[in-house]
Amino acid sequence: MFRRWCLGFVGFVFLGIAARAAGSQNPLAGDAKAAKAGEYEFRINCALCHGLGARGGGRGPDLTRVVKKHAHSDSDMFQVISNGIAGTAMPANGTNGQGVGMTDEEIWQIVTYIRSQEVKAPAQALGNATHGKELFYGDANCSLCHMVEGKGGRLGPELTGVGGSRTRAAIIESVRDPSRRLAWGLTESTKEFPQEYLSVTVTTADGKQIKGVTLNEDSFSVQIMDMDEQIHLLEKSKLLSFSKSRDSAMPKYTVDTLSDKELEDIVAYLVSVGAK
Amino acid sequence: MSRRRQDEIGARSHDGSFRAPARPWKSGALALRPRALAPAGFSPSSPQGLKALFFSLRNAALKGPLFHGALGAAVRILAVGSMLAVLVSHALAQVTFERLVNSAKEPQNWMTYSGDYSGKRFSALDQVNITNARTLVAKWVYQTATTGKLETSPLVVDGIMYATAQDDRAFALDARTGRPIWMYQRQIPSDIRPCCGHVNRGLAILGDKVFLGTLDAHLIALDAKTGAVVWDVVAADYRTGHSFTVAPLAVKNLVVIGISGGEYGVRGFIDAYDASTGERKWRFYTVPGPGEPGHESWEGDSWKVGGAPAWNTGTYDPATNQIFWPTGNPAPSNRGEGRAGDNLYSNSLLALNADTGKMNWYFQFTKHDEHDWDATQVPIMIDTAGKHLIAQADRNGFFYVLDRSTGKLISANEYGKTTWSDSKDAEGRPVAKKEASPTLEGHTVCPGALGTTNWFPPTYDPQTALFYVTARDQCDIFSTAPQPYEAGHAYYGSAYFPSEEAEPYRGFLKAIDPATGQVKWKFEHTSPTWSGVLSTAGGLVFSGDAEGNFIAFDAESGKPLWHFQMGGAVYAAPMAFAVDGKEYVAIAAGSAVYAFGLP
Repeated sequence: MFRRWCLGFVGFVFLGIAARAAGSQNPLAGDAKAAKAGEYEFRINCALCHGLGARGGGRGPDLTRVVKKHAHSDSDMFQVISNGIAGTAMPANGTNGQGVGMTDEEIWQIVTYIRSQEVKAPAQALGNATHGKELFYGDANCSLCHMVEGKGGRLGPELTGVGGSRTRAAIIESVRDPSRRLAWGLTESTKEFPQEYLSVTVTTADGKQIKGVTLNEDSFSVQIMDMDEQIHLLEKSKLLSFSKSRDSAMPKYTVDTLSDKELEDIVAYLVSVGAK
Repeated sequence: MSRRRQDEIGARSHDGSFRAPARPWKSGALALRPRALAPAGFSPSSPQGLKALFFSLRNAALKGPLFHGALGAAVRILAVGSMLAVLVSHALAQVTFERLVNSAKEPQNWMTYSGDYSGKRFSALDQVNITNARTLVAKWVYQTATTGKLETSPLVVDGIMYATAQDDRAFALDARTGRPIWMYQRQIPSDIRPCCGHVNRGLAILGDKVFLGTLDAHLIALDAKTGAVVWDVVAADYRTGHSFTVAPLAVKNLVVIGISGGEYGVRGFIDAYDASTGERKWRFYTVPGPGEPGHESWEGDSWKVGGAPAWNTGTYDPATNQIFWPTGNPAPSNRGEGRAGDNLYSNSLLALNADTGKMNWYFQFTKHDEHDWDATQVPIMIDTAGKHLIAQADRNGFFYVLDRSTGKLISANEYGKTTWSDSKDAEGRPVAKKEASPTLEGHTVCPGALGTTNWFPPTYDPQTALFYVTARDQCDIFSTAPQPYEAGHAYYGSAYFPSEEAEPYRGFLKAIDPATGQVKWKFEHTSPTWSGVLSTAGGLVFSGDAEGNFIAFDAESGKPLWHFQMGGAVYAAPMAFAVDGKEYVAIAAGSAVYAFGLP
């Protein structure tokens, strides 16, 4: 069998089914046994993106946060699991080719499990958000490549929502070691390996060298944004050279260039924006 | 082509029924191949000869003025006669078992899932070849107006294409234009939950009917001319996780089909139904019951929910009347606890008597599987140097060659990244390391759960004597997640994740030499693909990619010669056919079927 990934947004097929169930309360709320069953269902159906323990994974948000962007109530969460979220990598239940899909009862088990994993009293932000914002747009140079609330650069991922969906640890890791895990793009949201944010260097037929990041790529063409945010649409067969790497175009921020305290301030800023 | 290269090919193609042709397109003008002027060289028993006759005579008829004198006139008469004969004998004819056995005599048609009973997915057509492939164009596109992936492999018989789409749709198209002739869609229950999408891989055809296995585990016969239901039989209860996604195989007067449901703990089986009436003629349970040989390979009652589904199409050897059908994972798929033993006949290749369903032999690729490595890959029959072989590129990362008379292992060689085995048993079969078993915490094993390959069919090209398969290098973290069996509920006992520390997954098209088990060449895709592979007598190999390209490769070197962006990822297998003497290559991508040909 070949469950997992695979794709397709077929959510609307399930709208009717989910709409009927969505108005109801979670019949399993607070049931420890249901939460345990939900843990295993979560591992099978959700952990691929949301990580073991629901703490966030390569592309799925950290679900241990009490405040969630798309799932405030249990019935909201049921809807999200059933129907997916349009415009994101979150697929409708049973449509991503991963697993057999879940019954209503199994979805409620997962809701119960996720609620049981929420960190009830999230630690206060360690940093100073105001100072973090100054750093983001100032000395730390983040905004040269990243945009938050419409201000900043385009070369790297847009970060307005990142503080609301990623763990503090994940944000810190991606600043200290940006190459460890490149950002998932949304060109093809459920594709196994989106060809985005790879670092590329090419030499065109006229000898010009272009450095940038991939917007997309296939075996025969590549779409690049260069360091000046210019888009280049290139046929590989016409290039004199083409090299790509999964080393991020973003520099590693060591404690020498960005102290732990400063990084906490930036995290606090991103969390404050993401919480809006 | 150099003389030396010709000799190499000739020497390597020992298969008497597929003598390597001299690739005539390389030696001169297409319309005037040496063979067209030397009809004495044709052998009616040689599909190559007939194929060449078909096209050469057609070309001769079309370009008559190029021929002079009595020979030219004779060729023209022959050509017209041959074309008429084709029209008269096939255009309205039923698809008999004899036609299926002798499918090589009508290379314009593609009448079984893999193109012929041997499973080669090789087309003897050579009008599209390495010299003109770069000029291929899209001839038509048929939009199925569905969502999700298309896994169908079309059939073409006498100018009509038969294929399937999401949610058990079946349709017939004018193969020249893509215009629909009829469409059928089954009303499937709203509560079905097939494991891996509402997919279907294609139809079988026999007589005047096509046969569709459905997601709610029915087998349905449709009138090939109208799409009307002729008969409809239930194989099993869909509410306990049984379903059909596989293309059936028509053999004699039987329709053979295997069940899906390894994720639900079904007890797997392969069925044969009377094509005329739908009456079930035999059933082979892939998990033996009490008192049957192999039953002892299951702990306690675990056999009752043992899985071993049979969800990919097998092959058939008319010479020995044996069906070769592969089986899938034992259930639960990633947790061996509770089902101690080899778990026969999961992850095996079975040789069954076509008339009775009695098993002649079995070969188990992965014993007591805990990684979801279904052996549901198309097994390909290869005849070489007087040996009757069957070859399978298995999901577990090894390429196996067996003697298909006995099931005895001849060779097993790694063709992708594996870490699960570091030794072989006395028979030469790779043996799993103890530490490869999944743990509660999870640890990394290669290949991952999707395997080195999966269901998408490979091809064997008798001209190059190479086996081409889509492969991926991927490792996963396997962890166990204890799950009790509950009828109709998912029963994996496991979870798996991409290994974060591992390299990104890599996807390839690989050419394997079955004689040595070595990979002769590989082409690396931008990312792993779910496309099957087709080889043709034009010296070409066709496959698709996850980025939506359909690609023609030089079968000898793996060099891409042509590509077309179809706008949707490929989860299907290509095939080739001809209508009115024109060759087409077809494949599904996104939710559409595409046909390509020369301008």
